[in-house]
Amino acid sequence: MDFFLSRYRNLTVLLIVIVAQLLLLAYQVKSNNNVTLIRVWAVTAVTPVEQGLELVRRYTWGFVEDYFVLLGVRSQNEKLQHENGQLKLENHYLKSELSTADRAQALSVFQAHSPSKTVAARVIGNGTGANSKVVFVDRGSVSGIESGMAVVTPDGIVGKVVDAYPMASLVMLITDPTFAAGVISQKNRVRGTLKGLGQTKCLVDYAQNEEKVDEGEWFYTSGDDRIFPRGFPVGQVSSVHNGKTFKEIYLIPSGMQGGVEEVLIMLQGQHLQIPDSATAAPGYKILPAPTDNAGEAAQPTGQPTVLTTDADRLREQYKQSGDAQHHVFGEGLPGSVPPDFTKIPGIRASTPSPPATATPRVPATATPPRAPETATQPNRDRQEAQIKPSTTAPATPPKAKPHPTAPILVTDPTDADPDAVPPPAPKTEKPVKLPGVPPTRPPSGNP
Amino acid sequence: MTEYTERLLTGPSLKDRSNRMRMVWLIVVPLIAILFQVYVPRHIPFLSYLELPLLITVHFALGRRGPISSVFYGMAIGLAQDSLSHQPIGMFGIVKTLVGYFASSVSQRFDVQNPIVTFILCFFFYFFHEFFYWVLARALLGQAMIFNPEQTLLFGLLNAAVALPLFHILDKLKVAA
Repeated sequence: MDFFLSRYRNLTVLLIVIVAQLLLLAYQVKSNNNVTLIRVWAVTAVTPVEQGLELVRRYTWGFVEDYFVLLGVRSQNEKLQHENGQLKLENHYLKSELSTADRAQALSVFQAHSPSKTVAARVIGNGTGANSKVVFVDRGSVSGIESGMAVVTPDGIVGKVVDAYPMASLVMLITDPTFAAGVISQKNRVRGTLKGLGQTKCLVDYAQNEEKVDEGEWFYTSGDDRIFPRGFPVGQVSSVHNGKTFKEIYLIPSGMQGGVEEVLIMLQGQHLQIPDSATAAPGYKILPAPTDNAGEAAQPTGQPTVLTTDADRLREQYKQSGDAQHHVFGEGLPGSVPPDFTKIPGIRASTPSPPATATPRVPATATPPRAPETATQPNRDRQEAQIKPSTTAPATPPKAKPHPTAPILVTDPTDADPDAVPPPAPKTEKPVKLPGVPPTRPPSGNP
Repeated sequence: MTEYTERLLTGPSLKDRSNRMRMVWLIVVPLIAILFQVYVPRHIPFLSYLELPLLITVHFALGRRGPISSVFYGMAIGLAQDSLSHQPIGMFGIVKTLVGYFASSVSQRFDVQNPIVTFILCFFFYFFHEFFYWVLARALLGQAMIFNPEQTLLFGLLNAAVALPLFHILDKLKVAA
């Protein structure tokens, strides 16, 4: 035995060391318990150095970076001053807001509006290993952090706390191969299990092939895993195809776009509603849908719902005025007495009554075809031209003689010209301002 | 046996190898390597492929030529690395223990000061390190880790390329015994 040990001393030491570490591993796996003391020592030794390094970096490189950013903003402001005064003010305001607002502020806003109780934390280091998908954050058990807590950003989930030390915590990212969480799709409520792949994308597993998931669809946390509250965005489907048994759905995590710097650790999660699929993607602020329809005239049944321009509202007002005077549009010979559109509220108050010569002149001037005009009009105007006959006289068949479009002329009698071609219906870009007609915003989505 | 292979196998005399690093560097250098791995890839993500603790282990084992000391040095670095990861403690420890042992065994037979030999050894030990870690994770922990051979080979080449100047710097820290 002595001979064996002395002859194979190196090999014996190697075996002893390996076996000792295997026993250590076996103890941890069997008892499902970490050797906390060693980790606490190591993390306590390393994290102060990391925090110091981060502090130095922030106040040196960050300062230089901010200096150049401010130089760019200044030159840009000078350029904008020469272009447009109002735009310059708006741009200056927005850019100053953008330059000063960092992620911490975004987090604080999210934190204030979120029903869940959270703690903000900053990532101070990565875990070891080339393929490591764990990070250290600068909040630990002193701040109330415990293992198993969810880690999120306003854009989506980031990971979960796997170890909490006094001054720091270890967070497993959702891209880690051992990560799993329950998720549900936005449109069809397809449930699955989110799994990390060690890459930038994640996999949603255990979704049946028969279920429908579209590319670009959002997945949210389902709350089934008891770690992440329901309703937090997870990511958007980048590709999906049927697998052997389950669908292979690949997600791009939304919470880790552009790296992870500041995060929120959920001390007490609160389940949220999963938004409808019509809602825009999270991360973009949009205005709520308009609900104030008080100024708009009620549309008759059967009328297309696309009539939302100022021209449509104007035509509707004239139609109501004609109906009040028992006038049937499309009837009456040329030269007959048209309805008195001066009874429309606001017309008389703002403009003098139309000259008497304007009324009989209207049919003659209104008859020229509008073909050249419609050829150059945008689609919206062509649509209005197609809709107009059916809406002005829905119950009576159209006659060969065109009905007068004169009421448009009454809006500004000072421009009355006997030889002039009647102006086209007002476009949405330059709506005719009538007292009593509420000003409307253009129907574009941009504010 | 050609002159070159003979020189490769026998190498310089052992007294040239008796250079030792100061004890303080033996502690500080692995700590810097681990700190580098923890902190730097967060700001420069493409440097995450660097496995500096492994290179430090290989350098120590090749220079020390003592299997037992290399075994314990590799184990210490591996355990320190384990304690900053989310895996059970011992995974990196076992792998680096084996790397230390094999590297020191190899250094007794080859001229490890030859840059080509150093490059090949570092490439080999990186691949061995990653592959054995993957085997341990699957066999002992039952984790479905992904092993990408092409990526590992590429990273092995990059680590081996980094090892040459790194070893040169570390050799400067040695003092004559």
